[in-house]
Amino acid sequence: MRNLRRAGAEAAAFAVAAVVFLLPFSFMLLTAVKDEKQAADLDFSWPASWPIVDNLVEVISARDYVLLRAYVNSTILTVASVTLIVVCAAMAGYVLQRRTGKIGALANFLVLSGLIIPPAIVPTIWLLQALGLFKTLPGLVLVEVAFGLSYAVLLFRAFIAAIPRELDEAAMIDGCSGFALFFKVIFPLLKPVTITVILTQSVAVFNDFVNPLYFLPGDENATVQVTLYNFQSQYSTQWNLLFMDIVLITVPPLLAFVFFNRKIVAGMTAGAVKG
Amino acid sequence: MVTRHRPDTRDAGPRDGAGPGLPARRAHARRARRKTGPAYPYALYLPAAAVYIVIFLIPTAMAFYFALTRWTLFDSEFVGLDNFRDFLAEQNLSIGFRNTVVYAVVTSGLKVVLGLGLGVLLTSKLRLRGFLRSVVFFPVLVSTVAVGITFSVLLKPGTGLVDRVLALVGISGPDWLGEAGTALLSVALVDVWKGVGLATVIYIAGILSIPQDYYQAVSADGGNAWHRFRHVTLPLSWPATYSVIILSFIGGLRSFDLIWTMTRGGPGFTSDVIASIIYKQYQSGFFGLSTAGNVLLFVVVTAIVIPLNWFLGRRQVAP
Repeated sequence: MRNLRRAGAEAAAFAVAAVVFLLPFSFMLLTAVKDEKQAADLDFSWPASWPIVDNLVEVISARDYVLLRAYVNSTILTVASVTLIVVCAAMAGYVLQRRTGKIGALANFLVLSGLIIPPAIVPTIWLLQALGLFKTLPGLVLVEVAFGLSYAVLLFRAFIAAIPRELDEAAMIDGCSGFALFFKVIFPLLKPVTITVILTQSVAVFNDFVNPLYFLPGDENATVQVTLYNFQSQYSTQWNLLFMDIVLITVPPLLAFVFFNRKIVAGMTAGAVKG
Repeated sequence: MVTRHRPDTRDAGPRDGAGPGLPARRAHARRARRKTGPAYPYALYLPAAAVYIVIFLIPTAMAFYFALTRWTLFDSEFVGLDNFRDFLAEQNLSIGFRNTVVYAVVTSGLKVVLGLGLGVLLTSKLRLRGFLRSVVFFPVLVSTVAVGITFSVLLKPGTGLVDRVLALVGISGPDWLGEAGTALLSVALVDVWKGVGLATVIYIAGILSIPQDYYQAVSADGGNAWHRFRHVTLPLSWPATYSVIILSFIGGLRSFDLIWTMTRGGPGFTSDVIASIIYKQYQSGFFGLSTAGNVLLFVVVTAIVIPLNWFLGRRQVAP
């Protein structure tokens, strides 16, 4: 009797979760593979025909292959920003953890400010324009780095706290200090947290919509999120194409999720529980 | 190199004299340091500090000046507090404050309640627990724009999936995103749908770190599932609650992309938040007004999050 009730409760929980969390995704997929006429119904009917390849080709070739260019831009943006975030944040997190004092306290304060303070948009545009970086990919990379640093520094600092100082001292006696100590001895030990930072920041930068919208307007160097946003008004009648675009944009996070689910969850909950 | 470290040696000199039996090892280390520089040079801060100061800190500081001007990016005319007066006086601007706070309170409140519930459920002896954890967490990783577009289709009045399901049980749903009364709350609910997975994994980590002894003690005293939840899980998962509240409050107050893709602040201005007003004023070329919005958002975020952090942190010390 108890087992039966238990199985019933499990089935109910499963059904509710499936409906609430999986239905929207199945709707995306179904609409993406329908033909234009059927997709316009926006319902859950089974596709009458399956023009998957046609939809795919049409989305990719739309507006002179803007989606392909957007993919290239987003890839460059993500790789460049995440690389810079990892290098800068690892170095900063290391000094922050190892060397306390007035400068350390100030750095700590700035890291927390970076988490809380909303970025001042127009002054940032003004500054980037003065530097000749507004509407350029390098400019947007710097913006992503500046806004992503704080979180990464916290992750690195927490991980470095678990590396014993005796290791540094041993290296110092062998004449290894400063930059050499960090890059030759410490950095290789940071691999687990580095992977976590790469994953969480990649997802964040790839999915970022607000910063490209402000700092990289224009079609020629649009990112995938901005392209999707623009498709919304352009394809207001061709729902199959709009949802094919959504499916294409969801693939990279899905792959990251399938292969590295645990690492991502670990990164996002790190420090949260310790308080 | 040598000149830079001379103060260091001079500083250490008298101390050396005061302590006669100084271990030779430290002297050795000092010699080594003089050769190779300090062990943890502040120069390691440089790349991070350069980007952070130029791209984040300077604009943030400049915002306080430009918020007081009529500004075209090329020249600015000082107008005092006019921009702020506009923000507070004009109905379509001041509505942003109320909406921002409502949005943050609703999303973080629901994330705490649902996240805790799902966290308890997904740490119990469920057979499909691993699968359900993945299903609940995945929306966190999906792009906000994609979620926004999908849900604006699902929430279409009459023909949308949500209304059709409601029609099955005889309820005729409202025009979720098209009515002033429901637009903001509908977006907030979608935000919860997308973000509750993060709250859930934080709670799962928190609940799993509670030692089993406490549960055994409750069982030994004859407590049931409710007692275990009320007297062990709930109080001891407080650090997780604290994190979820702070994280979702900061996120909720700054939220822009979901609102912008789903309603663009409409109908009218009824679902505008401060962040979407900043964007609208920027688009119309009112850069000073837009920056004033940024300063006000800064004030609202710090005025809410810092006291909240202090208040919640105090509770953590004395449970």
